[in-house]
Amino acid sequence: MNDINHHLTDALLMGYSAGTLPEAFSLVVASHISLCDECRARLESFDAVGGAVLERSGRVAMDDGALEACLGRIANADWAPTRTVAKAVGSDLPEPLTSYVGGGLGEVRWRKIGGGVSQAVLKTSKGATARLLHIPAGRQLPDHGHQGTELTLVLKGAFRDEEERFGAGDIEVADQHLTHKPVAEEGEDCICLAATDAPLRFSTMLPRLVQPFFKI
Amino acid sequence: MRRIREERDEAAFAELFGHFAPRVKAFLIKSGADAGQAEDVAQDVLVTLWTKAHMFDASRASVATWIFTIARNRRIDVLRKDRRPEPEDLTWGPEPEPDQADAIAFQQEADALGTAIAALPARQRELVERAYYGDLSHAEIAAETGLPLGTIKSRIRLALERLRHVMK
Repeated sequence: MNDINHHLTDALLMGYSAGTLPEAFSLVVASHISLCDECRARLESFDAVGGAVLERSGRVAMDDGALEACLGRIANADWAPTRTVAKAVGSDLPEPLTSYVGGGLGEVRWRKIGGGVSQAVLKTSKGATARLLHIPAGRQLPDHGHQGTELTLVLKGAFRDEEERFGAGDIEVADQHLTHKPVAEEGEDCICLAATDAPLRFSTMLPRLVQPFFKI
Repeated sequence: MRRIREERDEAAFAELFGHFAPRVKAFLIKSGADAGQAEDVAQDVLVTLWTKAHMFDASRASVATWIFTIARNRRIDVLRKDRRPEPEDLTWGPEPEPDQADAIAFQQEADALGTAIAALPARQRELVERAYYGDLSHAEIAAETGLPLGTIKSRIRLALERLRHVMK
């Protein structure tokens, strides 16, 4: 296990447990939990809340013959395969991410977006967008603020903003109150998985002009 | 669950069906399903309980919790038509010989959590319920839930550590 210092918020874990997060956020949450036993235990606690809510939901009678129908279905049913989300052999990405990329980091199709930074937009449903970012060591991400929520999970290397360091496995949860200038640490390029539910707002003119083209 | 997993006991299945199927149906209707959808999905959920019984880990989840996660996933497929990527599995499944004492202790934690939720102030309890019925967006879920998750989380954490140890 990595030494992880920055974790998911309760609100994200509850939303993920309830099953209401947009797909792009769920992807980041699932990737972090794959790396972090602490958040896995917290998630399973929120699932226990879901179990308690289910118990308290009251009862609505099943149709006549429902039990018999189910007994008929299970009489011939096989066990489902045990492993559902197995780690892909040799992949250097958390499994939930591997299926979106179609392999490991070597399979990512990067596109340059200026300043040495590259990105790869991942296909997810509406409501939020997810992308991988490759920031060369020592380089800064464009200065931006946020209209919605932005999640950034470090996969490789590390970045720092004004106050804190985020290393592999760490997740930064940023909202509209935060305007920051993350910089990739010297020594190793930084690769992150980022998701946002609003278009980013850049402080300088040029990135704002190119924003629609690059789907940032 | 043990009788279902080890003995494929249909009478045990019928007991769980009697308790959970009407609750799953009520949960789905409160989540926005119509009666027909809720009936179909509730039947699917109970059948899944049988076919995946060998994946249930009694030292990390209660039966109610496990059924909730199955119902939630079916709700996302059927009602929301969205995707919810799952975390990587830890191992080839639960511990081969789950410890009865762990399972009982876990069930007690889960019962205590249910009691604590019932005892929340009405407004807060309703918010928690609405979150799980899929009524609240991420932005609407308060960052501070105030739920007493510390003890149950510690127990799950211990179970995860044991599992990691077994894997080595």
